[in-house]
Amino acid sequence: MQNSAPKIKSYRDYIRFKIMILLLFVLLTAAAALVAVIAGSAGLTPTDVFRTLAGKGTKVNQTVIFGLRLPRTVTAIVAGIGLAVTGCAMQSILRNPLASASTIGVSQGAAFGAAFAIVVLGAGVQFHTAEGVTVTNPYLVSACAFAFSLLSTFVVLGLSRFKEISPETMILSGVALSALFSGGTAIIQYFADDVSLSAVVFWTFGDMGRTSVKQIWIMAGVTALSFIYFLLNRWNYNALESGESSAKGLGVNVNAMRLTGMVICSFTAAIIVSFVGIVNFVGLISPHVMRRIIGGDYRFLLPASALMGALMLLFSDIVARLVVSPVVLPIGAITSFLGAPLFLYLIFKGVGRR
Amino acid sequence: MMKVKDLNFSYGCHAVLRKIEFDAKEGQCIAILGNNGAGKSTLIQCLNHILSPQSGAVLIDGADVYRLKRNEVAKRMAYVAQKNAGGRFTVFDSVLLGRKPHIKMEPSQKDLQITESVIRRMGLEEFSLRYVDELSGGEMQKVMLARALVQQPRILLLDEPTSNLDLRNQYEVLAAVREVAEQEQISVIIVIHDLNLALKYCNRFLFVKDGGIYAYGDQKIMTPEIIGSVYGIPVAVESVRGVSVVVPLPEQQALQPDKEPLPEKKNAARSQELVRAHSSLSL
Repeated sequence: MQNSAPKIKSYRDYIRFKIMILLLFVLLTAAAALVAVIAGSAGLTPTDVFRTLAGKGTKVNQTVIFGLRLPRTVTAIVAGIGLAVTGCAMQSILRNPLASASTIGVSQGAAFGAAFAIVVLGAGVQFHTAEGVTVTNPYLVSACAFAFSLLSTFVVLGLSRFKEISPETMILSGVALSALFSGGTAIIQYFADDVSLSAVVFWTFGDMGRTSVKQIWIMAGVTALSFIYFLLNRWNYNALESGESSAKGLGVNVNAMRLTGMVICSFTAAIIVSFVGIVNFVGLISPHVMRRIIGGDYRFLLPASALMGALMLLFSDIVARLVVSPVVLPIGAITSFLGAPLFLYLIFKGVGRR
Repeated sequence: MMKVKDLNFSYGCHAVLRKIEFDAKEGQCIAILGNNGAGKSTLIQCLNHILSPQSGAVLIDGADVYRLKRNEVAKRMAYVAQKNAGGRFTVFDSVLLGRKPHIKMEPSQKDLQITESVIRRMGLEEFSLRYVDELSGGEMQKVMLARALVQQPRILLLDEPTSNLDLRNQYEVLAAVREVAEQEQISVIIVIHDLNLALKYCNRFLFVKDGGIYAYGDQKIMTPEIIGSVYGIPVAVESVRGVSVVVPLPEQQALQPDKEPLPEKKNAARSQELVRAHSSLSL
């Protein structure tokens, strides 16, 4: 035990390396956000964007940036962070690599709620020239989507209260509820007329451009709070990685943490999904991608997944808008379409083996 | 000093532990011995409040484990499970995790130094920045032991710590445990199957049979009678070059048929009962 400095130093270097990766992803995300604001038919330049943000832009630029692009970009960032972080936390809490908002029925519940609002409650639809179909009463749709996605969560958590709260019961009941809600959605769709049907389908595709400023604030607030909660639990999640009894032995109150964590995850995911629609894949793969790059330490994995989620949604939204412009492709589909090959590549190739 | 008082534990209506009572003093190494399914792992998990027994108390220096917060228990007791998942963590991070009960937000220089010195003590320096999911079973076991030591507990609970280790590592790891126990005056409680390792490195022996304590004491209770009756197989306890060893003598089983029924026979009887119960149900 003569000199213990060198090992600690190399550990510190290793930690510094992780922080550098995080910073790199912050830069990448910022760059993607800038591109997302610029990209489109208005022909903006980065200078225009900075001028406008500083309050010195032209009237047209102000309308384009503050009215359209910025809300859209911020929505993508916030939703990406929220979905990725909840996915990351859920994968730890449920000790299952497949856990995400759709595993415990949150997404399917939201889809059912939206379908219910549009078709049964008649939230109304109208045609919109460039964007396809939009609903006239988005608040009712969001409210219903939110209510049903939370219902799904409470049933899952309620059921697991009967027996020991085991992750398997939670996931299995989540799968059962997902099936139930998907079935329900299918039945509603079957009886819907053409216009409502297309509105339902269009809603479930997900869209970063449908959120109001107020909704963005709500999403950002909820996401920020849950992110803080998850970060405070980072050591608990680390402990849980080596198994439930080891975690208890390290002083983690596993059952209580699991219950609180699930409620917070579901609530956050439900808010996001009911505002932007179903964007499944981000929450599932962002943590996995970053786990391969930065390792399983939740001190770094949580912020890294958040950045990856934001980056993926920004990138997907840019692609969705530009590929067949002026038509905006469904972002949920683009995320999966681009994310799946990346994910497969990482699974089979593997990176970050130090 | 740990006192266990009248511990009873059952899964549903199936009683696993009955009236467990024993003491563990500082610096003692206690081997928990018994058949598979006798309740050894359950016992060790009850001591640490990983499982909650129906009644009883575990006192560490007078404080009842079941009334303490988990984090407080973790400062006093460390537990190494039989099976350990790794996750994508470096060895250093995995060991550092043992400081969790003491860490508020981020590890201090002291936490890092303790981690460093335990890594050195367990001979893991060359692995310290390797990912644990790339280690062998034995190396992993050492990492988990290192994590428990970093916790700086008063009591160390080990569930079959040598099950994945090769011969040399078994002796090295247990010697290290014994050394730490004596130096830091920790009580170590080990569930162990290898009676010879137990004889060499432990100084107290606790036999568990059918959920109760069959015998508890020092080396004097490691007699052929007690061991034979707990494990249901005749043994001899001999001294080879001054080292006590237990030699199983299965060939003598036939000579003394009425002494102890074999566990297999018991199981066979039980499963027949089950079959009968089942068929009466279906009628």
